[in-house]
Amino acid sequence: MADKNEKDLDRDLVGDGIHSIQKVIQPHKAYSRPVIKYILIGVSVLFLAVMLGIPLIVVAVNALSDGWAAYKEAVLDEYTVKALLLTLLATVSAVAVNTVFGVFAAYLLSKFYFKGRQILATLIDIPFSISPVIAGLVFILTFGNIGWMGDFLKAHDIKIVFAVPGVILATIFVTFPFVFRELFPVLNAQGKDEEEAAALMGAGGFTIFRRITFPHIRWALLYGVILCTARAMGEFGAVSVISGHLRGKTNTLPLHVEILYNEFNTTAAFAVSSILVILAVLILIARNIVEWKRK
Amino acid sequence: MTGVFMEQHIVKVKNKKGVRVIPGFGLSMGVTLAMLGCLVLIPLASIFLSASRLGFGEFIGVVTSRQVVSGYVVSLSCAFLAALVNAVFGIVLAWVLVRYEFPGKRLMDGMIELPFALPTAVAGIALTYLYSDQGWIGSLFAKVGIKIAYTRIGITIAMVFVGIPFVVRAVQPVLEKLDRQYEEAAMMLGANKPYTFFRVILPELFPALLAGFGLAFARGIGEYGSVVFIAGNIPYKTQIAPLLIMTKLEQYKYADATAIALVLLLISFLLMFLINSIQIYMQRFSKA
Repeated sequence: MADKNEKDLDRDLVGDGIHSIQKVIQPHKAYSRPVIKYILIGVSVLFLAVMLGIPLIVVAVNALSDGWAAYKEAVLDEYTVKALLLTLLATVSAVAVNTVFGVFAAYLLSKFYFKGRQILATLIDIPFSISPVIAGLVFILTFGNIGWMGDFLKAHDIKIVFAVPGVILATIFVTFPFVFRELFPVLNAQGKDEEEAAALMGAGGFTIFRRITFPHIRWALLYGVILCTARAMGEFGAVSVISGHLRGKTNTLPLHVEILYNEFNTTAAFAVSSILVILAVLILIARNIVEWKRK
Repeated sequence: MTGVFMEQHIVKVKNKKGVRVIPGFGLSMGVTLAMLGCLVLIPLASIFLSASRLGFGEFIGVVTSRQVVSGYVVSLSCAFLAALVNAVFGIVLAWVLVRYEFPGKRLMDGMIELPFALPTAVAGIALTYLYSDQGWIGSLFAKVGIKIAYTRIGITIAMVFVGIPFVVRAVQPVLEKLDRQYEEAAMMLGANKPYTFFRVILPELFPALLAGFGLAFARGIGEYGSVVFIAGNIPYKTQIAPLLIMTKLEQYKYADATAIALVLLLISFLLMFLINSIQIYMQRFSKA
């Protein structure tokens, strides 16, 4: 009787033991039941396909719907090329200005402590959170005929609103925090011990930046530049307010798409869009390569 | 632990005489303030300057007119709904990308940022084409009598499009760092999977989810390019607030445009303040 009980107990313990050991060893396998896994993956794939994939296919199909020749004509059109050049000019300007700003501001906020540091960081983030239409509006209210600098600019015959400088300024404004936002966390996490040591050993400011700070932020800088390029290239709202839509003069590529679309020239609109899609995909690939290298 | 950290921190911040060893403070401060001032703050101040010239009664008159109020309502309600949709799918996407291995995962991960990289006007015309009555998806819904393009449903879809990356990229890193011990402990204590997810994992993700939700919401309210085509500009129905500003500008009603913009700006600032508070709370939470 007692013997049997002991055996039973033994078997139970062993059985239970193996079971719980399995649970400890392979908790995730037991946890992620394949059915749920495949449902969730299916939902994700479907969602991304409908929201992101199909719109890209729409652009490609419509761009080529009138044949290759029509596509080529729309893409090589005089106004398209001019719009592309202006988009490139605005993008390069925005990236250059915001990179300079981003490096100085990130250095300032991560290496020095001063009153109002937090406020400054918040102010830099402002352009990120406001509507692009408002970003365009503020420049009209500053430099336009009704703006407080309007009379001064008129007297000196400088045109900013409804001209190329306005387009560039609006593009800089909407992409202003991008490079800073990538650099700041990296520099902040790095601390300032290395710079302090270098300074105490007699290194100058530029040497410290070039030899110590820069190697830390190399990839983050490239990443920020890529994000900034993407946003600057595609900016629509802010530029739309301030450009005045002068064909061949202040029209950027996204604005050109809008004009063609509103003229019911759908094929040409999608053909021009396809240039932007190709650029966007290239940027995405670059972004992923940089992120992979960073790790 | 926290106490020690704080002490070290304070010692680091204030060395005895407050002497700065690292050179370049003046230069970087000068460049930062000059660029921020000229390119952002001074132009932004113009909007407050113009609004102050408007007169309080006039300002209230513009902002409370039926058309403008309905513009705010459309913008806020659609953006809120879109942010909710993104919160749900954002969690699913982040979960799938962090916890599962499957072919094409890297491609999927890379695609999330597409709405950031794709120019909004391109997204706008593609979505409008897709969801119009003749479009691939719109025609399916048109058969059962549901119109998507040129209605609030269309606006919401466009806002979902621009908001996807915000929630996924907010939740993903937190989920990656989440210690699985808690899940294992919950399971050993006999909790089933849904219970573990909703009671153990979700509370950990919640601050990040809320921050992502806020960012997607803010982006939806301000979004113009991808929404304007699908909205169709029908007064009182699909006129979003940024589009109202644009319309007033085209009519040279600068005062009206400024008033509408000012309210929108204040809403954005309020949201930004809330998101920042959540993030500061999160940082404290993760340090403790």
